[in-house]
Amino acid sequence: MSIKINRRTFIQTLTAAAAVGVVGTPYLALGASKKVVVVGGGTGGATAAKYLRLADSSIEVTLIEPNKDYYTCYLSNEVLGGNREMDSIKFGYEGLKKHGVKVVHDYVTAIDAEKKTVTTKGGESFSYDRCIVAPGIQLRYDTIEGYDEKVAEKIPHAWKAGPQTIALRKQLTDMKDGGTMVIVPPPNPFRCPPGPYERASQIADYFKREKPKSKIIILDAKPKFSKQGLFIQGWEKLYGYGTDNSMIEWRPGPDATVNKIDAGKMTATNEFDEVKADVLNIIPAQHAGKIAFTAGLTNDSGWCPIALDTFESTIHKNIHVIGDASIAKGMPKSGYAANSEAKVCAAAVAALLNDTEMGSPSYVNTCYSVVGKDYGISVAAVYKLAEDKSKIMKVSGGLTPKDADADAHKREVGYAHSWLKNITNDIFG
Amino acid sequence: MKKILPKALLLTGLALSISTTAFAGSDEKKKAPAVMSGAKAEMLANTCAGCHGFNGVSQGPATPSIAGMSAEYLTEVLKAYKSGDTASTMMGRIAKGYTDEELKQVADVFAKKKFVAAKQESDSAAAKKGKKLHKKYCEKCHSESGSEADDDSGFLSGQWTPYLHATMTDFTSGKREMPKKMKKKVKKLMKKEGEDGMKALMAYYASQQ
Repeated sequence: MSIKINRRTFIQTLTAAAAVGVVGTPYLALGASKKVVVVGGGTGGATAAKYLRLADSSIEVTLIEPNKDYYTCYLSNEVLGGNREMDSIKFGYEGLKKHGVKVVHDYVTAIDAEKKTVTTKGGESFSYDRCIVAPGIQLRYDTIEGYDEKVAEKIPHAWKAGPQTIALRKQLTDMKDGGTMVIVPPPNPFRCPPGPYERASQIADYFKREKPKSKIIILDAKPKFSKQGLFIQGWEKLYGYGTDNSMIEWRPGPDATVNKIDAGKMTATNEFDEVKADVLNIIPAQHAGKIAFTAGLTNDSGWCPIALDTFESTIHKNIHVIGDASIAKGMPKSGYAANSEAKVCAAAVAALLNDTEMGSPSYVNTCYSVVGKDYGISVAAVYKLAEDKSKIMKVSGGLTPKDADADAHKREVGYAHSWLKNITNDIFG
Repeated sequence: MKKILPKALLLTGLALSISTTAFAGSDEKKKAPAVMSGAKAEMLANTCAGCHGFNGVSQGPATPSIAGMSAEYLTEVLKAYKSGDTASTMMGRIAKGYTDEELKQVADVFAKKKFVAAKQESDSAAAKKGKKLHKKYCEKCHSESGSEADDDSGFLSGQWTPYLHATMTDFTSGKREMPKKMKKKVKKLMKKEGEDGMKALMAYYASQQ
């Protein structure tokens, strides 16, 4: 709480200075502390906390996260496919503590941009010089008739990994052979654009091994999707896509858009059809995590507008928003993007607190999808910021080539699994 | 718009300025806006960690550690990915996003990091044989069991086996070109020892922890 005294002292000094006509006394010149509070310990938040400490060990970093364990959303589809254990996507916060991050397990209920304080459910208050908000996504329970938070316990979204992933996996293992699984992907924009289609792939892989008479129907709100050409090529190769015996059927939007479900009858309804499911997976529309709304960091879109070099909110000063919740124009809502954004943001915050130059930002996204056994695909991009700072521009990258051979697809699975180990070590280690 | 118009043109008459603006307008649709350069080396290098590990030390098994090797070697490797001279699934797509100078900056950062040998299993009998083969075929350019940065060659000891295996497959299949001396040595090795010889070498490098 020493910050309060410092702040008061500072304000008094500034008032005195102003009275004698001296303006612009830098805050740091008075030897104030450098306090950063990070709200949310997912991919973005945990990376930012660690890299802030690496950039300047005199910055006091407090990370506030309700959960003691974090399950990555990425590669949780392999758990659904029976190809991965939950433990391999589970991470704790001991590594961050070793870097000198103060980790508090509590739930942030308010951020006061004027007083520069963060308040928690546990009744604690934390003051900050700069705050980094990484709240991830919030699932919207108001867009499909018959679907709400309570229904989501029976019909798991599994779009935040953890108990929801385990629940959906259990429904799949309980399902009889010859059953139908229906996946309802969300409309844009949403976390992990290739995710619903990798999920269909992984579950098809499971069905192929253990329940070969079963099938998957994707009722999409969108007429196209991420890595579409590559997914379809993989589905043709592995799951008979396009034939009468295809294990996956993709029905495109807008016609297939599901507007109503019946959790009792296990049906999903669109304008033309009522589709009966044995296992139903609704991945609803999304917007920024709750605290972003509570703190007034969102605009009409439900996401957080930011400056693309510093990730500072364009609504509230001294608050930065990174990861899925932010509008990082030009970058996808992926784990790698959140990790990359966090590093840019950490560099910016360290520079702002020390009144130094951060240099130009540099961002990367790499995203692998495991379509099936020995069959991986990817998309990657290197980004630089437009000179007018209006957009994060892709300067190179692209998809796995269409003519990639079997060995290349196999290698991409290896790279996907290595990626999981390396990025999580980069974040939490 | 300003960025596209040369300064001199802005100073000329209004008529010329209008016609140039019209031209620049249609040109701008095709051309992407200019991007900022001048990122610091650490800023550039930090983006690699997602796949190559924190500080360039890979947790494996497929992506290699890139810490501690010579800056010259790393720069050459990156430039070859960029030009397409070295085939890759991913690195070509990434390396094209950087200028040669930026690639050098990245290489400089990782050259200063400490290489940490991968923790992986190995067959001790094969490793014993591999040690001899290393001395005979590889030691000259990969001294200290392939851990000497001053050689300006890739590290072998402690590198992840699946990565070394994939790389050697690319070399021996002709997908990736070998330096002349290496080509000669590898050819000899394969002729005399075959796949088992290669496996023994891998086991030896894996055993070096």
